[in-house]
Amino acid sequence: MTHARAQFVPVSRLPRISLPALAGSSLVLVTLALTLIFFVVPNDANQGFSQRIFYFHVSIAITAYACFAWGAWKALRHLWKHDPRADLESYVAVHQGLIFGTLVLATGSIWAKISWGHWWLWSEDQLVLFLVLFLFYAAYFMLRFSVDPGPQQANFSAVYALFGVVLIPVSFAAIRLAKNLIHPVVFTLHGPNFGGWILVTYCVAQAAMLVFAYTLYRVELAGKRLDARLRELRLA
Amino acid sequence: MTYVADVGALARKDLLLELRARDTLPAMLLFVVSVFVVFHFTLPAHSSDLAASGLLWVAILFTALLGLGRAFVAEREQRVLDGLVLAPCDRSAIWLAKGIATLAFLVAAEIVALPVFALFFHGVSAATVGGIALADVGICGVGTFLGAMAVATRARDLLLPLLFLPLAIPIVVGGVGASTAASPGRYLGFLVLYDALFCVLCWASFEYVVTE
Repeated sequence: MTHARAQFVPVSRLPRISLPALAGSSLVLVTLALTLIFFVVPNDANQGFSQRIFYFHVSIAITAYACFAWGAWKALRHLWKHDPRADLESYVAVHQGLIFGTLVLATGSIWAKISWGHWWLWSEDQLVLFLVLFLFYAAYFMLRFSVDPGPQQANFSAVYALFGVVLIPVSFAAIRLAKNLIHPVVFTLHGPNFGGWILVTYCVAQAAMLVFAYTLYRVELAGKRLDARLRELRLA
Repeated sequence: MTYVADVGALARKDLLLELRARDTLPAMLLFVVSVFVVFHFTLPAHSSDLAASGLLWVAILFTALLGLGRAFVAEREQRVLDGLVLAPCDRSAIWLAKGIATLAFLVAAEIVALPVFALFFHGVSAATVGGIALADVGICGVGTFLGAMAVATRARDLLLPLLFLPLAIPIVVGGVGASTAASPGRYLGFLVLYDALFCVLCWASFEYVVTE
């Protein structure tokens, strides 16, 4: 995994998987996950067919967290090591995180409507947490685009992205404190609360979503770098 | 010890400025009392005391935002921040001193606002006062930090509430819990945790806000 190795290898020397290979593997994984979700895994005893949205909702949520964490890690690298590439990487990761976060709100809302009959439930803590995060990271974009590009923009964005990773657990604790629990707890301290095909399907869906997000991240990064290079050439 | 002396000198400067110009505090006082009057008319007749307790926190948050929005105006207009960054003191002292000064204004506003709230709505419990005191530290710490960022952007005053309110949601949860729950202990503990985490983060990263 590239993510795990990034801690030990300087980013500039990181062996990069080529974009076409990445896109191909994410296509294969997403197809496999969709097949498993719609044709292999059995219907849920309580919620029936609609429970299948779980594989999307949870894997998208974990992917959004991963994006925010990756963005914060890059922000830390920018502030700490003055890595010149880290600012753009942090921004792109947060951007992807916000997109996946919006999808979490959408899928969670649909699931809540099917399971509990309401589009929005304040007692559903993950959904409320993602709303807080959505507001927070939307403000990140407001902040970033009201500062002129340059070192100040990079510093402000990095510091605010770091606030985000502290805000996630703090908000989570706050929301837990504030409410009564009706969210289905699928993962407990004793391991996942399911087995067999459900576990396999979930793992494949999670892997597919992570690889897909990483592909999008790399595509956007490549595009943004090209833009920046073009601007430099135009100015030169 | 020079760090403490630096913080003291900077905070004294802000308090003296306020004492002479009287820009912020009267505005905060008038605002918070006006908000209470508005709340009286927004609450339906015979609504519970709990609703008023919740609205108290809205009033505190927006009053604090009013003060925080003004915090770095003098530094911006007179370009004092450039001088402060060049001064041979730790940059985090600028944040700490500004936070202490803003905290003083907010506490002063609340010393008037809480009796007014008790007069208009209902009495204030000791746990509520404790919650407000702890929340003030978090509000001023995080708010001052974000105020320093917002003032350097094009959007300025527009940006501070947008940056601040998502970060203030945990404060509101802890504060409302402390003023309405039967056992406020864990809510107060949560506020202490919030203050500690975010103040350390602000203190450690303020340097990157004022330098390039």
